[in-house]
Amino acid sequence: MRRGAAGPLDRLLSGDRPGTPLLSVLLLLLLAALALAPFLFPGTRSVAVAARICIFIVLAASYDVMLGYTGIASFAHTMFFGMGAYGVAIALAKLSAGWGAVLLGTVAGVLLAIVVAVLIGLLSLRVRAVFFSMITLAVASFALILATQLRDLTGGEDGLTFSVPELLRPGFRLAAEPVLGVPLDGRVITYYLIFAVSLALFLLMLRIVNSPFGRVLQAIRENEFRAEALGYRTVVYRTLAGALSAAMAALAGALMALLLRYNGPDVTLSFAVMVDILLMVVIGGMGTLYGPALGAVVLVMAEYYLQPAMAGLSGALAGWPLLPALFDPDRWLLWLGLLFVLVVYFFPAGIVGKLRERAP
Amino acid sequence: MIARWLSLRAGDWAPYALLPLLVLATLPVMSFSTWLTLTVAGFAMGMMLFLMAAGLTLIFGLMQVFTFAHGAFITLGAYLAVSVFGALAGWSSATSWALNLAVLAAALAVALLASGAAGYVFERLIIRRVYGAHLRQILITMGGLIIAEQLVVAIWGANPLPLPKPASFQGSLIIAGAAIEKYRLIAVVLGLAVYAGLHLLLNRTRVGLLVRAGVENIEMVEALGYRIRRLFIGVFVTGTALAGIGGVMWGLYQELVTRSIGSEMTILIFIILIIGGLGSIGGCFTAAILVGLVTNYVGFLAPKLALGSTILLMMLVLLWRPRGLFPVGAG
Repeated sequence: MRRGAAGPLDRLLSGDRPGTPLLSVLLLLLLAALALAPFLFPGTRSVAVAARICIFIVLAASYDVMLGYTGIASFAHTMFFGMGAYGVAIALAKLSAGWGAVLLGTVAGVLLAIVVAVLIGLLSLRVRAVFFSMITLAVASFALILATQLRDLTGGEDGLTFSVPELLRPGFRLAAEPVLGVPLDGRVITYYLIFAVSLALFLLMLRIVNSPFGRVLQAIRENEFRAEALGYRTVVYRTLAGALSAAMAALAGALMALLLRYNGPDVTLSFAVMVDILLMVVIGGMGTLYGPALGAVVLVMAEYYLQPAMAGLSGALAGWPLLPALFDPDRWLLWLGLLFVLVVYFFPAGIVGKLRERAP
Repeated sequence: MIARWLSLRAGDWAPYALLPLLVLATLPVMSFSTWLTLTVAGFAMGMMLFLMAAGLTLIFGLMQVFTFAHGAFITLGAYLAVSVFGALAGWSSATSWALNLAVLAAALAVALLASGAAGYVFERLIIRRVYGAHLRQILITMGGLIIAEQLVVAIWGANPLPLPKPASFQGSLIIAGAAIEKYRLIAVVLGLAVYAGLHLLLNRTRVGLLVRAGVENIEMVEALGYRIRRLFIGVFVTGTALAGIGGVMWGLYQELVTRSIGSEMTILIFIILIIGGLGSIGGCFTAAILVGLVTNYVGFLAPKLALGSTILLMMLVLLWRPRGLFPVGAG
């Protein structure tokens, strides 16, 4: 607890500093790279990667509020992500391509996510904690089926393609002249919208987990029985944590829809996305918020840049039995899965936990 | 008398009535032949689900290990069936019951041994280090599932593989005007045999007694000097071996094997465990049939609601009996 001298930086980070020089440098580099991404890494593809990183930082951090801070393993997080994305997608596709529709869709998605999260939380009141993970898995698969079946509303398997407000369209130009060689088009504006909202949401979550409310969540994680004995109604706190985390995930989903101008079951609802989030949070470090942010960077970069490297390796091993198949670019998840298991064994606190351990 | 034979407490008859009530309640909604077809189909599906779920309910109930990797062993069983049927294609396509049953038996034996062996390795390498830490169990078995699914794809390829039923198992028998697939009858026979075997093992042998005692109170069994860890290995290997033969049966039933065959079943299996009550073989058996029947009835009446209906069933059961229909032990 570093509550003493509350400078402006401490206030911004809610007194939760990264804790070690190396981690601080890494995070500052990340922040700088993301803040200047369209200028440092021009090109449609790399800006899209940077935007994905921003969105997944929010998504992984919101999952960390559940998994790392409260100690609940839920597998329905993509469902909330999808609710936000479908909210925006449906509003933009069915109403008009204006800001009103974006707002309406976002609010509807977030509210739906909160209601469903509270319902799941209240049901978990009655059952053993063990059942919770299984129930969330079942509910998430139900949501996936619902999204593919309600074809009129969600576009089924094909998903929805829609127009975004004029300001965010690739054809829009803010200024006639390029700035630093980069044209200020709708893509860049979309990126900065996503970046600003993501940063604000991340700082908000940092604020929440370091509030007295956040301390109660950590108390529940450490010893639920004792927290209850101290007079905290653990069920209420767990449900609130779930609702908060769901709302954040839905907001991330809304950003995802704006980025892609498309939404479908594979992008936001599939189990593969859930596995990605899990890997991000655990590899980065549960219960730190900074960890999931780093984990999101590692995973998204791996998704985009590990595969070409593996393709090269697979080609080099062409003569061997089975090895080319193991290093096939589509097997990247195999290696991340191995990394995941090793991290759970040997570094249960993830990258950030390991870095903090070595700090004095 | 019957109540004593079933060792019921007063007022505890309701869960037993659920299954007959469901079967009878659907009779007026459809014609008799349709009802008979669906009921047999539901029983057959329930039996295959039971094969896959039986081991897991013991793993959860006795070992208190919350593994999410059970689906990987189902997938392994299904893919092994593809290989065995591919190697013995001549036996499978011959219209001889003896040869067809022999190839099925071979596939079941291979899946039983290989899944059991894989389960042993999994227990030694992965589960053993996380006994007692539930969150880490969930995470690490999830990682195991990812690795196993990717390995299956690396070995057998990413495309779905066809797994046609042997020649003699195809087609249906007509009984009382209802078409009943032959393969479903085979599944029912195998499921009943495994249930009977497990029932005898658990209720008539010393090992079974220890397993049941362990589900109820693990510390007491250890305090009496039994090495519960050895039982754990046995239960885990049995559970994964059963999942493997469940995968063979389910793959043949679907006639198509995909890499997600196991993880798709995992959700239904969890629903069964929750409905039946963790650690209860009888509860698992009843719940599996219940889920099989509901899936088939609803699949006929309102096809789009099939999986939704089982989730709804689970919710209703939980509101009624939060610990499942047939809870075991002190919880």
